Amino acid sequence: MVLALMVAVGLFLTAKAVPALKAAGWSFLTIPDWQPDVHHFGIAAVLTGTVLIALVAVTVSAPVAVGTALFISEVVPPGLRRTLVTLVDLMAAIPSVVYGLWGFFFLQGHVVGLARWISTWFGWIPIFRVLGSDPTNPLATLSVYSSSAFIAGLVVSLMVMPIQCSVMRESFEQAPIGEREAAYALGSTRWGAITTVVLPFGRGGIIGGTMLGLGRALGETVAVYLIISASFTINFHVLEAGTSTVSSLIALRFGDASGFGLAALMAAGLALFTMTLIVNFIAAGIVSRSRSGLVTG
Amino acid sequence: MTLTEVRVPATTTGAAPDLDRGTVTRPPEGLAGPTVARQPRRVARATGAGLIPMLGAAASSVALTALLFGRVTAASGSFGFALTAYVLFLVIDTAIFSLTENGPAIRDRLATTALTSAAVVAFGTLAFVVVYTIARGSSALMHLNFFTQDMAEAGPLSGLDVGGIKHALVGTLWMMGIGLGIAIPLGVTGAVFLSQSRGPFAWLVRTTVDAMTALPDIIAGLFIYATWILTFHFEHSGLAAALALAIMMTPVIVRASDVVLRLVSGSLQEAAAALGAPKWRTVWNVVLPTARSGLTTAVILGAARGVGETAPVLLTAGYTASLNTNPLHGPMVSLPLAAFQFVASPQPVMIARGFACAAFLMLLVVVLFVIGRMIGGRTPGQLTGRGARRARRASRRDVARMIKRAAVRARPVRPTPALDVLNSALVAPHRPESPIGSFATPAAAPGASAPSAPDASAPPAPGIAHGEQDSPRFTGEGAL
Repeated sequence: MVLALMVAVGLFLTAKAVPALKAAGWSFLTIPDWQPDVHHFGIAAVLTGTVLIALVAVTVSAPVAVGTALFISEVVPPGLRRTLVTLVDLMAAIPSVVYGLWGFFFLQGHVVGLARWISTWFGWIPIFRVLGSDPTNPLATLSVYSSSAFIAGLVVSLMVMPIQCSVMRESFEQAPIGEREAAYALGSTRWGAITTVVLPFGRGGIIGGTMLGLGRALGETVAVYLIISASFTINFHVLEAGTSTVSSLIALRFGDASGFGLAALMAAGLALFTMTLIVNFIAAGIVSRSRSGLVTG
Repeated sequence: MTLTEVRVPATTTGAAPDLDRGTVTRPPEGLAGPTVARQPRRVARATGAGLIPMLGAAASSVALTALLFGRVTAASGSFGFALTAYVLFLVIDTAIFSLTENGPAIRDRLATTALTSAAVVAFGTLAFVVVYTIARGSSALMHLNFFTQDMAEAGPLSGLDVGGIKHALVGTLWMMGIGLGIAIPLGVTGAVFLSQSRGPFAWLVRTTVDAMTALPDIIAGLFIYATWILTFHFEHSGLAAALALAIMMTPVIVRASDVVLRLVSGSLQEAAAALGAPKWRTVWNVVLPTARSGLTTAVILGAARGVGETAPVLLTAGYTASLNTNPLHGPMVSLPLAAFQFVASPQPVMIARGFACAAFLMLLVVVLFVIGRMIGGRTPGQLTGRGARRARRASRRDVARMIKRAAVRARPVRPTPALDVLNSALVAPHRPESPIGSFATPAAAPGASAPSAPDASAPPAPGIAHGEQDSPRFTGEGAL
């Protein structure tokens, strides 16, 4: 049944997307604009935005997730461990709209300073460059730094951190007790045991968990929708205002979409669907093939 | 007795290969007999002596950062301040520590600090998000009418004493009710299928479910929007939203239930199969009841996930400011969607309502979650204190009965092999006249296979004979 449902979702999206894909052809992947009514549309811009936001999210969340997972499995006293595990799970269960509100009303105002600092000092790295900013002018408005992929990515990182953390923690906790004891017996410190036993053992869990998080981050809708200001240009500068993701595009445009526009949205949804599916399959493969075996999520 | 003696060697090794599944079962907690320590050894403890330099390092790093920020770089932003202070803290702390310790110990200390701070960042953010949301929403939450009125009367400028989220509450109730009504049977059946069968098809289903757990929520909404609303021409309604939510919740429930069902001991299922129960009967009478608490948790976790979904509802339910109690007709709104729509307005009053709505939603999720954890804190088959006492009482009753009966039918006892005792202990107390009982011990007449007095007076293995006379109850204790 579940399988049937999944196949139905896939088939239906494909069927609905066909007219749009036929009309657009390969240019669907290369055109940044979204004007389906004049048959000029493509997902180049939204796809870039989606991937960038997801990458920012994973870059921020993966180290925190690894650290938290190691903290829970190695450092914290056993009595406290269960509580922390529950807290991580709770964090995963908190609705995304809550994170979105927090990101929009609080984080944005406090993080633009950091964004300006990064762009001032690391602007020579292309993705950190912010067009239209003038770091030498202390009175310049900070609005070019708001609503950016960076801020959206930060919020999404909060949302994907728990799932990454729980996958990683489970693989760390399965590290064989004998090998840990052996490491301690050889006189290693706790960090020594972590680097020689736990981390190599949990490598599959780390990679797989990170990718699972990436899959989540790709599909995140509401928080991103609240934060970013939609624009349909290919924007590689993560700190700059204006980007868009596939899911926020759908949320933005489904209401006023005509028949053909809807088909175009379906095509975009199909692209997102395929992308998350591939990422997740790879992640699941890595996790289950690793030495720590199947994880439960 | 015999049963425990047979199992103990398998469990002391820590992981007994389960012949049937090829997976590894863990010994349940509280098992008699030696158990292997599962907790990693604790090799370091926070001491007062280590704490003082740490506090000193923290203070000096904050002071230094203040100096740097104010005088040297003229950077701004609390976020950057915290980041700089943290890096300085690591450096200073390590420097202090390196005065007395050698290389590996310094690295260990640095790593421990880094790990701890990662966790502090994660949990601190969680706490902060929760507190911030509640604080921003508290002004609206203070008004009782927030829960008893809808937004039909309230204009964009009216104060907090008019209007509320009653419509969203009712909408959420309907959507979750219908959604769970679809998702629970589907999810639990799927999980039973996954846990009972193997082979390429089961693998395919499992992988699909895994992939679907991470299905972007907007895709679920888009799918329902395209099929239910555009193809079948139903209107925007709570039902459509419930369908979309069911799509989101089913894989979560399947995943969580599958994990629980796998923990149901294989020997319990084999015992049921050996008693001649068909597969559906084993599932219905043994597997599902044993895993009941875990299944409840799975459902609650699925519900916690579903109740917070905004995007599918946004696409399928429409939006209304007034109360709509009919899920089949007219637009309906749910809590997350209401929060989402409230903050779209620039009015501070509306934003306060949005935060209050989000805070209430969060509270709901937390309550669901805590309930789920409380029910599901035990492994399948592990009994509550009361359940264990009840099982023990039943067990004692059975022993007394067996002794009495053995005394009545005292016969010369032939030496009983272990298997016979096991069979008779399993079968005889429940249904002495059962044909299975006589089959198990063909040498003896029905009823005569009751264990001999010395055997029965020995402390019984927990769970072997604790069933009621007529309805043998399968609990996890029987698996020990």
